[in-house]
Amino acid sequence: MKKEINLNMPSSSEGMSRIDGRLKVTGAAKYSAEYTVEGLTYGVLVGSTITKGTITAIDTKAAERAPGVIAVITHVNAIKVPGFQSEAGKPSAVRAQLKVFDDNKIVYNGQPVAVVIANTYERALYGASLVKTQYSKEQHETSLNASIGKGFPPHGDGLYKRGIQDAWKSAPYKVEQEYIVPTDTHNPMELHAIIAKWEADDKVTVWDKTQGVKATQHDIAQLFNIPVDNVQVNSKFVGGAFGSALRTWPHEVVALIAAKMVKRPVKLVLSRADMFTSVGHRPYTWQKIGIGATADGKLTGITHEAYGQTSTFENFTEGPVGVSQGLYACPNVNTKYNLVALNIGTPTWMRGPGEATGAFALESALDELSYLLKIDPIELRLRNYAETDPESGKPFSSKFLNEAYQMGADHIGWAERKPEPGTLKKDGLLVGYGIGCGMFGAYRSGATIKAKMTADGILLLQTAVSDIGPGTGTAMVLIAAEQMGIPAGNIRFENGASDLPQAPTQGGSATTASVGSAVHYACIELKEKFQKLTGNDSPKAIDYAQVLKQHNLPLLEVTTKSTAGDDRDKYAMNSWSVHFVKVLVNAATGVVKIDKVASVADSGHIISPKTARSQVVGGAIGGIGMALMEEAVMDHRYGRYINNNFADYHVAVNADIPQIDAQFVNKPDPYINPMGAKGMAEIALIGMAAAVANAVYNATGKRVRELPITPDKVMA
Amino acid sequence: MKSNETVNGPDGDQDVKDTSRRNFLKQSSLLTAVALTPGTAVKAAVMHVDEKIAAVFEKMPLKMEVNGKPQKLSVEPRSTLLDILREQLDLTGTKKGCDHGQCGACTVHVDGRRVNSCLTLGIMMSGKKITTIEGLANSDQLHPMQEAFIKHDGFQCGYCTPGQIMSAVACIREGHAGSEHEIREYMSGNICRCGAYPNIVNAIQEVKDGGQTV
Repeated sequence: MKKEINLNMPSSSEGMSRIDGRLKVTGAAKYSAEYTVEGLTYGVLVGSTITKGTITAIDTKAAERAPGVIAVITHVNAIKVPGFQSEAGKPSAVRAQLKVFDDNKIVYNGQPVAVVIANTYERALYGASLVKTQYSKEQHETSLNASIGKGFPPHGDGLYKRGIQDAWKSAPYKVEQEYIVPTDTHNPMELHAIIAKWEADDKVTVWDKTQGVKATQHDIAQLFNIPVDNVQVNSKFVGGAFGSALRTWPHEVVALIAAKMVKRPVKLVLSRADMFTSVGHRPYTWQKIGIGATADGKLTGITHEAYGQTSTFENFTEGPVGVSQGLYACPNVNTKYNLVALNIGTPTWMRGPGEATGAFALESALDELSYLLKIDPIELRLRNYAETDPESGKPFSSKFLNEAYQMGADHIGWAERKPEPGTLKKDGLLVGYGIGCGMFGAYRSGATIKAKMTADGILLLQTAVSDIGPGTGTAMVLIAAEQMGIPAGNIRFENGASDLPQAPTQGGSATTASVGSAVHYACIELKEKFQKLTGNDSPKAIDYAQVLKQHNLPLLEVTTKSTAGDDRDKYAMNSWSVHFVKVLVNAATGVVKIDKVASVADSGHIISPKTARSQVVGGAIGGIGMALMEEAVMDHRYGRYINNNFADYHVAVNADIPQIDAQFVNKPDPYINPMGAKGMAEIALIGMAAAVANAVYNATGKRVRELPITPDKVMA
Repeated sequence: MKSNETVNGPDGDQDVKDTSRRNFLKQSSLLTAVALTPGTAVKAAVMHVDEKIAAVFEKMPLKMEVNGKPQKLSVEPRSTLLDILREQLDLTGTKKGCDHGQCGACTVHVDGRRVNSCLTLGIMMSGKKITTIEGLANSDQLHPMQEAFIKHDGFQCGYCTPGQIMSAVACIREGHAGSEHEIREYMSGNICRCGAYPNIVNAIQEVKDGGQTV
């Protein structure tokens, strides 16, 4: 049954297709806003038009009188959320979040000040336009650059040091530069949406866009002080998230408050404009790198500082300086990470998170150093290749990044690259090649699978995990098919509901490693149960349906929990990537066109070639957007985003993107999990922005250190 | 909607012409009560009184064909085709991604042409034939474009997919699938945040080259 697939570089048609493909191409896949619920009402949010201050008056009369409007809820009449009242013993996620409708304080523009509930969407929308709010304004702070002096370390002193402080300064060859990654927004295609239905005073069901149904379940239980088991969270299909659905947001609490007050189910769908303010973003981050090397290209020191945005009420932290600590063998590294609290909604992890931000700075600085040293950028990376983890000194569980360099270089045609910028032309356009690398921790957490084989020979796998698009279900089915020795077509995967067995939130590139391990062990355990019945432990395929019939059993099932082993203490575990980009730049207009991409992932054994390939392609495209076009532009006079829609906030569209070659080293990691598979969601994007910036420099001699690389910056 | 404002709104629209509809509404004692006391208004809404009134005065009849089935509806003039499909006809395959005609997730065919249903008022569709993603397959037999999207993995999360597929079919029908370059250009009104663009192009090329009727 197995067809030979080129696992180093599968085509788009190779490998098993997605198990939920048919549902997705026929429109039958139901996302959170699409469930039919008896007595449904519609909520539309009214957002603050000021950025800091207090609400002095809120006139809801006109809205209340509008046809179809059932209620207008504000801080004046909202029920008190128990989780907002007493903070003792609550997890930080509940403690620190915006206490929506709890008081009259405004801390960011777009913060919900009211919700209008009506019997149709149109009526709620019209009602929302009638709510009139008066404010007492205070001076807001939204600019990181203007407030950078108020930076503070999020934990401890925010400092890291190995070896000598600022050793790069005494190097014969050195670069010191500042890099800026602007605010980028996740903006998945599906608008964040929730339907909240109270079944009883202390019992609720939600259909909610979330990357973690269990986490959302616990948050809701904490917020409303009700038993965890009385909260049912469903998230069967998630229309992308990229991190935006990793936590519970104010609009979810609003829907729960409203549904409780009107005693009817409430559907609340954010507008695209809300998506810029209300569900996180990649924080604007200012960075400075100092990097030094000897004449033969040995790194002697890296200093990396980063200041990232957070809100005034929560500290959002990520790892921009981590890449400088661990990507290269460098004896002297010191880093500093600070936050700047601003009047914005709290940022959140966006694909690749801080590592993508940090890699843009480090991989750009290393490229600058390569020109100074006149050493090929790949060669420079090889001369500083970390054979063991530079931070801990531990061996890596697996690392084949050097092979990845070679694969990508061959594929992009690196030999064509000219070391002197601006010297290669084709059809009147400047041609440039760039490289950028990524690394991300290969995590694994506990997960539980219930595996049930029924007499019809169908295997059902159940776990709570969300599938936001990577093809989790498809990979899980392939793992089970391999273990059980049955066709994938005989396996069903049920997920995305909080009453299913425990699984981690889908994030941090850890789902396949975590849930996949549970599938692996559950199948082994289930097989053993069958072997016990038959008394036959021969490895040849078992006819499960036959065995069940013979023993007059309707089914056999196991519930198996898998956790990370202690190999984690012995080895440093990471996934790696390298991105190669060829750009064409129009010297007259400064327009950058991506001509070719070769992205290579060193992410262990490839379980599902088709979906893995798509994930790498998708990450590369996200990275191209980050590099060339994405930026949420804020008018700091008003503290408001001025491009809060898809016409003005540019993401990559089809015409921007060539064929992208996704390659895999495809060598299993012997320690991380029984499949030897490491995560790839983050590394698919990390390093891409630098690869593009470095290619633009190679083409033009123009170094752009502030993303996105728009024509004005190329021409400047 | 204008009538609503006249009856209920504080910012009564001076430009509204005195129509017989409005006259009737003014005379309606029930509606006056609804207008004057917010508490009653809330109650009226809960009792669906205003719904019944709206059905007579605020809604317009709409006859259109959706996926081969005639539909007789009563819609508010401000309702978009997208919201009518999703909220009234439970055809949720057509997606709302921006509501501003900027993302293409809501693409449907109107008399065979691709249209952003979020920018289309329902009442403009009188007598038109609408095809949504739910109507593309021939019962159990998937449309070749749906097959090709599955085969080439032209999606990840699946949310933009119905719009992509409706656009892709139209792209071939329009004669805009002559080359990879042309496909990319004519598919650029459909945003895919997961980044499935090359796979989408591969799927369209396969269908185009296969020569099947789309």
